[in-house]
Amino acid sequence: MIIGQIKDGIVLDHITADKGIEIYKTLGLDKLGCMVALIQNAPSQKMGKKDIIKIDKLIDLDLDVLGYIDPNITVNIIEDGERVKRSHLTLPETLTDIIKCKNPRCITSVEQELRHEFRLTNRINKVYRCVYCDAEAPKEL
Amino acid sequence: MTNNLIDILQLSTEEIDALIATALDIIDKPGKYAEACRGKKLATLFFEPSTRTRLSFEAAMYELGGNVLGFSDSKSSSSSKGESVSDTVRAVSCYADIIAMRHPKEGAPLVATRKSSVPVINAGDGGHNHPTQTLADLLTIYREKGSFENLTIGLCGDLKFGRTVHSLISAMSRYKGVRFVLISPEELTVPRYIITDVLEAREIEYKEVRSLEDSIPELDILYMTRVQRERFFNEADYLRLKDTYILTPDKLNSAKSDLTIMHPLPRVNEISVAVDDDPRACYFKQVLNGKYMRMALILKLLEVEL
Repeated sequence: MIIGQIKDGIVLDHITADKGIEIYKTLGLDKLGCMVALIQNAPSQKMGKKDIIKIDKLIDLDLDVLGYIDPNITVNIIEDGERVKRSHLTLPETLTDIIKCKNPRCITSVEQELRHEFRLTNRINKVYRCVYCDAEAPKEL
Repeated sequence: MTNNLIDILQLSTEEIDALIATALDIIDKPGKYAEACRGKKLATLFFEPSTRTRLSFEAAMYELGGNVLGFSDSKSSSSSKGESVSDTVRAVSCYADIIAMRHPKEGAPLVATRKSSVPVINAGDGGHNHPTQTLADLLTIYREKGSFENLTIGLCGDLKFGRTVHSLISAMSRYKGVRFVLISPEELTVPRYIITDVLEAREIEYKEVRSLEDSIPELDILYMTRVQRERFFNEADYLRLKDTYILTPDKLNSAKSDLTIMHPLPRVNEISVAVDDDPRACYFKQVLNGKYMRMALILKLLEVEL
Protein backbone atom coordinates (compact mmCIF):
# COMPACT_ATOMS: atom_id res chain seq x y z
CA MET A 1 0.00 0.00 0.00
CA ILE A 2 1.46 3.38 -0.97
CA ILE A 3 0.37 6.59 0.65
CA GLY A 4 2.04 9.74 -0.65
CA GLN A 5 4.23 12.14 1.29
CA ILE A 6 2.64 15.25 2.72
CA LYS A 7 4.06 18.73 2.24
CA ASP A 8 2.69 20.61 5.26
CA GLY A 9 0.93 18.57 7.90
CA ILE A 10 1.13 16.15 10.79
CA VAL A 11 1.97 12.48 11.09
CA LEU A 12 0.83 10.67 14.21
CA ASP A 13 3.05 7.61 14.42
CA HIS A 14 3.32 4.67 16.83
CA ILE A 15 -0.38 4.68 17.64
CA THR A 16 -1.28 1.51 19.47
CA ALA A 17 -2.95 -0.79 16.92
CA ASP A 18 -6.77 -0.35 16.95
CA LYS A 19 -6.63 3.07 18.64
CA GLY A 20 -6.30 4.95 15.34
CA ILE A 21 -10.02 5.06 14.69
CA GLU A 22 -10.71 6.39 18.22
CA ILE A 23 -8.17 9.17 17.71
CA TYR A 24 -9.56 9.91 14.25
CA LYS A 25 -13.03 10.37 15.75
CA THR A 26 -11.97 12.21 18.90
CA LEU A 27 -9.89 14.77 17.00
CA GLY A 28 -12.75 15.25 14.51
CA LEU A 29 -10.47 14.54 11.56
CA ASP A 30 -13.47 13.67 9.37
CA LYS A 31 -14.50 17.34 9.52
CA LEU A 32 -11.19 18.86 8.41
CA GLY A 33 -11.95 18.90 4.68
CA CYS A 34 -8.34 18.02 3.81
CA MET A 35 -6.67 14.75 2.93
CA VAL A 36 -6.39 12.43 5.96
CA ALA A 37 -5.03 8.90 5.88
CA LEU A 38 -5.66 6.37 8.63
CA ILE A 39 -3.42 3.35 8.31
CA GLN A 40 -4.28 0.43 10.54
CA ASN A 41 -2.09 -2.50 11.53
CA ALA A 42 1.06 -1.23 9.82
CA PRO A 43 4.11 -3.39 10.57
CA SER A 44 6.34 -1.98 13.32
CA GLN A 45 9.69 -3.27 14.57
CA LYS A 46 9.08 -1.81 18.01
CA MET A 47 5.37 -2.57 18.44
CA GLY A 48 4.71 -5.50 16.12
CA LYS A 49 1.87 -3.56 14.51
CA LYS A 50 0.73 0.01 14.85
CA ASP A 51 -1.71 2.57 13.47
CA ILE A 52 -0.58 5.78 11.71
CA ILE A 53 -2.56 8.92 10.87
CA LYS A 54 -1.37 11.39 8.25
CA ILE A 55 -3.05 14.80 8.07
CA ASP A 56 -2.34 16.96 5.04
CA LYS A 57 -2.75 20.21 6.97
CA LEU A 58 -1.12 21.89 9.99
CA ILE A 59 -3.79 21.97 12.69
CA ASP A 60 -3.77 22.69 16.42
CA LEU A 61 -3.71 19.36 18.20
CA ASP A 62 -4.80 18.86 21.79
CA LEU A 63 -1.78 16.91 22.97
CA ASP A 64 -3.42 16.26 26.36
CA VAL A 65 -6.25 14.40 24.66
CA LEU A 66 -3.83 12.47 22.51
CA GLY A 67 -1.58 11.65 25.47
CA TYR A 68 -4.54 10.45 27.49
CA ILE A 69 -5.83 8.15 24.74
CA ASP A 70 -2.40 6.79 23.86
CA PRO A 71 0.82 8.07 25.46
CA ASN A 72 2.91 5.99 23.01
CA ILE A 73 2.16 8.28 20.08
CA THR A 74 4.90 10.21 18.29
CA VAL A 75 3.79 13.51 16.76
CA ASN A 76 5.75 14.61 13.66
CA ILE A 77 5.27 18.10 12.24
CA ILE A 78 6.01 18.31 8.52
CA GLU A 79 6.79 21.59 6.72
CA ASP A 80 7.85 21.80 3.06
CA GLY A 81 8.04 18.03 3.01
CA GLU A 82 10.57 17.92 5.87
CA ARG A 83 10.04 16.83 9.45
CA VAL A 84 10.72 19.96 11.54
CA LYS A 85 9.58 18.70 14.94
CA ARG A 86 9.07 15.38 16.61
CA SER A 87 7.45 14.99 20.05
CA HIS A 88 6.90 11.93 22.18
CA LEU A 89 3.74 12.10 24.22
CA THR A 90 3.34 11.21 27.87
CA LEU A 91 0.31 10.97 30.10
CA PRO A 92 -0.66 14.57 30.93
CA GLU A 93 -0.54 15.56 34.61
CA THR A 94 -3.99 17.14 34.39
CA LEU A 95 -7.02 16.79 32.13
CA THR A 96 -9.52 19.61 31.82
CA ASP A 97 -12.88 19.07 30.12
CA ILE A 98 -11.63 15.96 28.34
CA ILE A 99 -13.46 13.42 30.47
CA LYS A 100 -16.52 13.87 32.66
CA CYS A 101 -16.80 12.92 36.32
CA LYS A 102 -19.45 10.20 36.61
CA ASN A 103 -19.88 10.44 40.41
CA PRO A 104 -23.46 11.65 41.03
CA ARG A 105 -22.36 13.04 44.42
CA CYS A 106 -19.69 15.26 42.82
CA ILE A 107 -20.17 19.02 42.70
CA THR A 108 -19.50 18.88 38.94
CA SER A 109 -22.91 17.22 38.56
CA VAL A 110 -24.73 20.41 39.62
CA GLU A 111 -22.47 23.47 39.60
CA GLN A 112 -23.04 25.74 36.62
CA GLU A 113 -20.23 25.73 34.00
CA LEU A 114 -17.76 24.05 36.32
CA ARG A 115 -14.92 22.50 34.34
CA HIS A 116 -14.29 18.81 34.81
CA GLU A 117 -10.72 18.50 36.04
CA PHE A 118 -8.74 15.35 36.72
CA ARG A 119 -5.20 14.84 38.00
CA LEU A 120 -2.89 11.91 37.33
CA THR A 121 -2.41 9.97 40.58
CA ASN A 122 -0.83 6.75 39.33
CA ARG A 123 1.23 6.89 36.13
CA ILE A 124 1.91 3.14 35.94
CA ASN A 125 -1.75 2.17 36.11
CA LYS A 126 -2.96 5.31 34.29
CA VAL A 127 -5.23 6.42 37.14
CA TYR A 128 -6.80 9.87 37.00
CA ARG A 129 -8.93 11.24 39.83
CA CYS A 130 -11.45 14.06 39.87
CA VAL A 131 -9.89 17.04 41.68
CA TYR A 132 -13.22 17.67 43.43
CA CYS A 133 -14.40 14.26 44.64
CA ASP A 134 -11.41 11.94 44.02
CA ALA A 135 -13.55 9.57 41.92
CA GLU A 136 -11.50 7.56 39.46
CA ALA A 137 -11.86 8.54 35.82
CA PRO A 138 -12.97 6.00 33.25
CA LYS A 139 -9.97 4.48 31.44
CA GLU A 140 -11.38 5.34 28.02
CA LEU A 141 -12.96 8.52 26.71
CA MET B 1 -0.51 25.37 53.31
CA THR B 2 -2.84 27.69 51.48
CA ASN B 3 -5.14 29.81 53.56
CA ASN B 4 -7.90 27.22 53.33
CA LEU B 5 -8.47 23.77 54.74
CA ILE B 6 -10.16 21.42 52.30
CA ASP B 7 -8.29 18.17 52.87
CA ILE B 8 -6.41 17.15 56.02
CA LEU B 9 -3.36 16.30 53.90
CA GLN B 10 -2.91 19.99 53.11
CA LEU B 11 -1.52 20.19 56.64
CA SER B 12 1.97 18.85 57.18
CA THR B 13 2.63 16.87 60.35
CA GLU B 14 4.52 19.92 61.64
CA GLU B 15 1.48 22.13 61.04
CA ILE B 16 -0.71 19.60 62.86
CA ASP B 17 1.76 19.63 65.74
CA ALA B 18 1.54 23.43 65.81
CA LEU B 19 -2.29 23.35 65.83
CA ILE B 20 -2.24 20.83 68.68
CA ALA B 21 0.18 23.05 70.60
CA THR B 22 -2.18 26.01 70.13
CA ALA B 23 -5.19 23.92 71.18
CA LEU B 24 -3.39 22.75 74.32
CA ASP B 25 -2.49 26.35 75.11
CA ILE B 26 -6.15 27.36 74.65
CA ILE B 27 -7.20 24.61 77.06
CA ASP B 28 -4.57 25.78 79.53
CA LYS B 29 -5.09 29.55 79.19
CA PRO B 30 -8.55 30.29 77.71
CA GLY B 31 -8.45 33.91 78.87
CA LYS B 32 -5.47 34.64 76.63
CA TYR B 33 -7.63 33.90 73.55
CA ALA B 34 -10.93 35.44 74.66
CA GLU B 35 -10.50 38.57 72.49
CA ALA B 36 -8.28 37.10 69.78
CA CYS B 37 -10.89 37.44 67.00
CA ARG B 38 -12.64 40.57 68.22
CA GLY B 39 -14.30 42.26 65.21
CA LYS B 40 -13.98 39.18 62.98
CA LYS B 41 -16.93 37.27 61.53
CA LEU B 42 -17.25 33.57 60.74
CA ALA B 43 -19.86 32.58 58.14
CA THR B 44 -21.21 29.08 58.65
CA LEU B 45 -22.65 27.93 55.32
CA PHE B 46 -24.35 24.62 56.05
CA PHE B 47 -26.11 23.36 52.94
CA GLU B 48 -26.72 20.08 54.77
CA PRO B 49 -28.07 19.65 58.31
CA SER B 50 -25.52 19.36 61.11
CA THR B 51 -25.78 20.01 64.80
CA ARG B 52 -22.41 19.26 66.23
CA THR B 53 -20.05 20.63 63.63
CA ARG B 54 -21.92 23.89 63.13
CA LEU B 55 -22.31 24.54 66.85
CA SER B 56 -18.67 23.63 67.37
CA PHE B 57 -17.57 26.22 64.82
CA GLU B 58 -19.89 28.80 66.30
CA ALA B 59 -18.76 28.09 69.87
CA ALA B 60 -15.13 28.24 68.71
CA MET B 61 -15.59 31.67 67.12
CA TYR B 62 -17.54 33.06 70.11
CA GLU B 63 -14.85 31.85 72.51
CA LEU B 64 -12.30 33.72 70.42
CA GLY B 65 -14.36 36.90 70.83
CA GLY B 66 -15.63 36.91 67.23
CA ASN B 67 -19.10 36.84 65.71
CA VAL B 68 -21.00 34.36 63.58
CA LEU B 69 -23.48 34.58 60.72
CA GLY B 70 -24.82 32.00 58.31
CA PHE B 71 -27.49 29.41 57.64
CA SER B 72 -28.02 25.85 58.74
CA ASP B 73 -30.07 24.41 55.92
CA SER B 74 -29.93 24.87 52.16
CA LYS B 75 -33.68 25.59 52.18
CA SER B 76 -32.95 28.86 53.95
CA SER B 77 -30.25 29.89 51.46
CA SER B 78 -30.36 31.05 47.85
CA SER B 79 -29.18 27.63 46.73
CA SER B 80 -32.84 26.61 47.03
CA LYS B 81 -33.41 29.13 44.21
CA GLY B 82 -30.74 27.44 42.16
CA GLU B 83 -27.78 29.68 43.05
CA SER B 84 -24.38 28.13 42.44
CA VAL B 85 -21.84 27.53 45.19
CA SER B 86 -19.49 29.94 43.43
CA ASP B 87 -21.96 32.81 43.53
CA THR B 88 -23.04 32.15 47.12
CA VAL B 89 -19.45 32.17 48.33
CA ARG B 90 -18.47 35.20 46.32
CA ALA B 91 -21.28 37.13 47.98
CA VAL B 92 -20.67 35.80 51.48
CA SER B 93 -16.98 36.62 51.35
CA CYS B 94 -18.06 40.27 51.13
CA TYR B 95 -19.59 39.95 54.62
CA ALA B 96 -17.35 37.54 56.52
CA ASP B 97 -13.66 37.13 57.35
CA ILE B 98 -13.68 33.34 57.20
CA ILE B 99 -16.11 30.67 55.95
CA ALA B 100 -16.92 27.19 57.23
CA MET B 101 -18.88 25.23 54.63
CA ARG B 102 -20.74 21.94 54.72
CA HIS B 103 -22.25 20.72 51.47
CA PRO B 104 -23.77 17.42 50.33
CA LYS B 105 -21.85 17.52 47.04
CA GLU B 106 -18.27 16.34 47.12
CA GLY B 107 -15.77 19.03 46.17
CA ALA B 108 -18.11 21.98 46.84
CA PRO B 109 -15.70 23.59 49.36
CA LEU B 110 -12.88 23.35 46.80
CA VAL B 111 -15.08 25.22 44.32
CA ALA B 112 -15.68 27.79 47.06
CA THR B 113 -11.96 28.44 47.53
CA ARG B 114 -11.67 29.47 43.91
CA LYS B 115 -14.18 32.29 44.29
CA SER B 116 -13.77 33.30 47.91
CA SER B 117 -11.61 36.22 48.95
CA VAL B 118 -11.47 34.89 52.53
CA PRO B 119 -10.27 31.55 53.96
CA VAL B 120 -12.61 28.57 53.48
CA ILE B 121 -12.79 25.58 55.82
CA ASN B 122 -14.36 22.34 54.63
CA ALA B 123 -16.85 21.37 57.32
CA GLY B 124 -17.75 18.16 55.46
CA ASP B 125 -18.46 17.54 51.76
CA GLY B 126 -20.73 14.54 51.15
CA GLY B 127 -18.95 11.27 51.79
CA HIS B 128 -15.61 12.79 50.85
CA ASN B 129 -13.63 14.79 53.44
CA HIS B 130 -14.18 16.20 56.90
CA PRO B 131 -10.80 17.60 57.94
CA THR B 132 -11.85 19.41 61.12
CA GLN B 133 -13.34 16.19 62.49
CA THR B 134 -9.94 14.65 61.84
CA LEU B 135 -8.31 17.49 63.76
CA ALA B 136 -10.64 16.68 66.66
CA ASP B 137 -9.71 13.00 66.34
CA LEU B 138 -6.00 13.79 66.28
CA LEU B 139 -6.15 15.96 69.40
CA THR B 140 -8.12 13.20 71.15
CA ILE B 141 -5.55 10.57 70.18
CA TYR B 142 -2.71 12.85 71.24
CA ARG B 143 -4.29 13.63 74.62
CA GLU B 144 -5.18 10.00 75.30
CA LYS B 145 -2.05 8.31 73.96
CA GLY B 146 0.60 11.04 74.17
CA SER B 147 1.86 10.24 70.65
CA PHE B 148 0.69 9.22 67.18
CA GLU B 149 3.23 6.43 66.76
CA ASN B 150 3.04 2.64 67.24
CA LEU B 151 -0.75 2.42 67.46
CA THR B 152 -3.14 -0.26 66.21
CA ILE B 153 -6.26 1.53 65.06
CA GLY B 154 -9.51 -0.34 64.45
CA LEU B 155 -12.05 1.42 62.25
CA CYS B 156 -15.50 -0.15 62.41
CA GLY B 157 -18.78 0.26 60.55
CA ASP B 158 -19.36 2.22 57.37
CA LEU B 159 -15.87 2.55 55.96
CA LYS B 160 -17.15 3.22 52.44
CA PHE B 161 -19.07 6.44 52.88
CA GLY B 162 -17.56 7.43 56.24
CA ARG B 163 -15.61 10.54 55.31
CA THR B 164 -14.10 10.84 58.80
CA VAL B 165 -12.60 7.38 58.32
CA HIS B 166 -10.93 8.30 55.03
CA SER B 167 -9.44 11.48 56.45
CA LEU B 168 -8.23 9.75 59.63
CA ILE B 169 -6.54 6.95 57.69
CA SER B 170 -4.79 9.51 55.47
CA ALA B 171 -3.66 11.57 58.45
CA MET B 172 -2.50 8.69 60.67
CA SER B 173 -0.70 6.91 57.82
CA ARG B 174 2.04 9.51 58.08
CA TYR B 175 3.18 8.31 61.52
CA LYS B 176 5.61 5.52 62.33
CA GLY B 177 4.41 2.12 63.46
CA VAL B 178 0.69 2.72 62.82
CA ARG B 179 -1.38 -0.27 61.65
CA PHE B 180 -5.04 -0.42 60.74
CA VAL B 181 -7.72 -3.05 61.29
CA LEU B 182 -10.60 -2.25 58.93
CA ILE B 183 -13.81 -3.80 60.25
CA SER B 184 -16.84 -3.54 57.98
CA PRO B 185 -19.47 -5.54 56.12
CA GLU B 186 -18.52 -6.52 52.58
CA GLU B 187 -20.72 -3.76 51.12
CA LEU B 188 -19.15 -0.96 53.15
CA THR B 189 -15.42 -1.60 52.84
CA VAL B 190 -12.89 1.21 52.48
CA PRO B 191 -12.80 2.56 48.90
CA ARG B 192 -10.14 0.92 46.78
CA TYR B 193 -8.20 4.16 46.30
CA ILE B 194 -7.62 4.49 50.05
CA ILE B 195 -6.07 1.02 49.99
CA THR B 196 -3.91 1.57 46.90
CA ASP B 197 -3.03 5.25 47.10
CA VAL B 198 -2.65 5.60 50.87
CA LEU B 199 -2.07 2.30 52.67
CA GLU B 200 -0.21 0.32 50.02
CA ALA B 201 1.59 3.36 48.60
CA ARG B 202 3.03 4.08 52.06
CA GLU B 203 3.52 0.40 52.93
CA ILE B 204 1.24 0.66 55.95
CA GLU B 205 0.22 -2.60 57.62
CA TYR B 206 -3.53 -3.19 57.43
CA LYS B 207 -6.11 -5.93 57.34
CA GLU B 208 -9.76 -6.00 56.31
CA VAL B 209 -11.97 -8.12 58.57
CA ARG B 210 -15.67 -8.70 59.25
CA SER B 211 -15.70 -9.47 63.00
CA LEU B 212 -15.57 -6.73 65.62
CA GLU B 213 -15.34 -9.20 68.53
CA ASP B 214 -12.29 -10.99 67.11
CA SER B 215 -10.46 -7.73 66.49
CA ILE B 216 -11.03 -5.90 69.77
CA PRO B 217 -8.17 -7.46 71.85
CA GLU B 218 -5.40 -6.13 69.62
CA LEU B 219 -6.63 -2.54 69.34
CA ASP B 220 -5.21 0.60 70.95
CA ILE B 221 -7.95 2.72 69.39
CA LEU B 222 -11.44 1.66 68.29
CA TYR B 223 -13.09 4.18 65.99
CA MET B 224 -16.78 3.36 65.57
CA THR B 225 -18.89 4.92 62.83
CA ARG B 226 -22.55 5.18 62.00
CA VAL B 227 -24.09 3.64 58.90
CA GLN B 228 -25.41 6.84 57.36
CA ARG B 229 -28.92 6.67 55.93
CA GLU B 230 -28.32 9.83 53.87
CA ARG B 231 -25.49 8.18 51.87
CA PHE B 232 -27.71 5.38 50.52
CA PHE B 233 -29.77 5.67 47.36
CA ASN B 234 -31.58 2.50 48.38
CA GLU B 235 -33.45 2.37 51.72
CA ALA B 236 -33.48 -1.45 51.72
CA ASP B 237 -29.67 -1.56 51.67
CA TYR B 238 -29.51 0.87 54.59
CA LEU B 239 -31.95 -1.16 56.69
CA ARG B 240 -30.04 -4.38 55.97
CA LEU B 241 -26.68 -2.94 57.07
CA LYS B 242 -27.46 -0.44 59.82
CA ASP B 243 -27.26 -2.85 62.77
CA THR B 244 -24.21 -4.82 61.64
CA TYR B 245 -21.97 -3.68 64.49
CA ILE B 246 -23.09 -2.65 67.96
CA LEU B 247 -20.49 -2.08 70.66
CA THR B 248 -21.66 -3.31 74.06
CA PRO B 249 -19.93 -3.63 77.46
CA ASP B 250 -19.68 -7.44 76.90
CA LYS B 251 -17.60 -6.98 73.77
CA LEU B 252 -15.20 -4.75 75.67
CA ASN B 253 -14.31 -7.49 78.17
CA SER B 254 -11.48 -8.67 75.94
CA ALA B 255 -10.23 -5.15 75.10
CA LYS B 256 -7.05 -3.56 76.40
CA SER B 257 -7.45 -1.60 79.62
CA ASP B 258 -6.17 1.55 77.90
CA LEU B 259 -8.26 1.20 74.73
CA THR B 260 -9.50 4.56 73.42
CA ILE B 261 -13.06 4.30 72.06
CA MET B 262 -13.89 7.03 69.58
CA HIS B 263 -16.87 7.97 67.43
CA PRO B 264 -17.36 11.10 65.31
CA LEU B 265 -21.04 11.27 66.47
CA PRO B 266 -23.93 11.40 66.06
CA ARG B 267 -24.43 7.77 66.98
CA VAL B 268 -27.65 5.92 66.40
CA ASN B 269 -27.26 2.58 68.13
CA GLU B 270 -23.78 1.40 67.18
CA ILE B 271 -22.46 2.09 70.68
CA SER B 272 -24.67 0.98 73.53
CA VAL B 273 -25.42 3.79 76.00
CA ALA B 274 -24.07 1.46 78.69
CA VAL B 275 -20.58 1.96 77.23
CA ASP B 276 -20.71 5.71 77.94
CA ASP B 277 -19.69 5.24 81.57
CA ASP B 278 -16.66 3.14 80.66
CA PRO B 279 -13.53 5.26 81.25
CA ARG B 280 -12.27 4.13 77.84
CA ALA B 281 -15.16 5.91 76.08
CA CYS B 282 -13.75 9.14 74.63
CA TYR B 283 -16.38 10.23 72.12
CA PHE B 284 -17.70 13.11 74.16
CA LYS B 285 -14.12 14.25 74.81
CA GLN B 286 -13.74 14.28 71.01
CA VAL B 287 -16.57 16.81 70.79
CA LEU B 288 -14.80 19.17 73.16
CA ASN B 289 -11.45 18.62 71.47
CA GLY B 290 -13.10 19.50 68.17
CA LYS B 291 -13.97 22.94 69.45
CA TYR B 292 -10.40 23.58 70.62
CA MET B 293 -8.92 22.47 67.31
CA ARG B 294 -11.39 24.62 65.38
CA MET B 295 -10.34 27.56 67.53
CA ALA B 296 -6.69 26.82 66.74
CA LEU B 297 -7.50 26.49 63.03
CA ILE B 298 -9.45 29.76 62.87
CA LEU B 299 -6.52 31.55 64.52
CA LYS B 300 -4.11 30.04 62.03
CA LEU B 301 -6.18 30.82 58.93
CA LEU B 302 -6.90 34.37 60.08
CA GLU B 303 -3.19 34.72 60.87
CA VAL B 304 -3.95 36.01 64.35
CA GLU B 305 -0.78 36.42 66.38
CA LEU B 306 -0.93 36.66 70.15
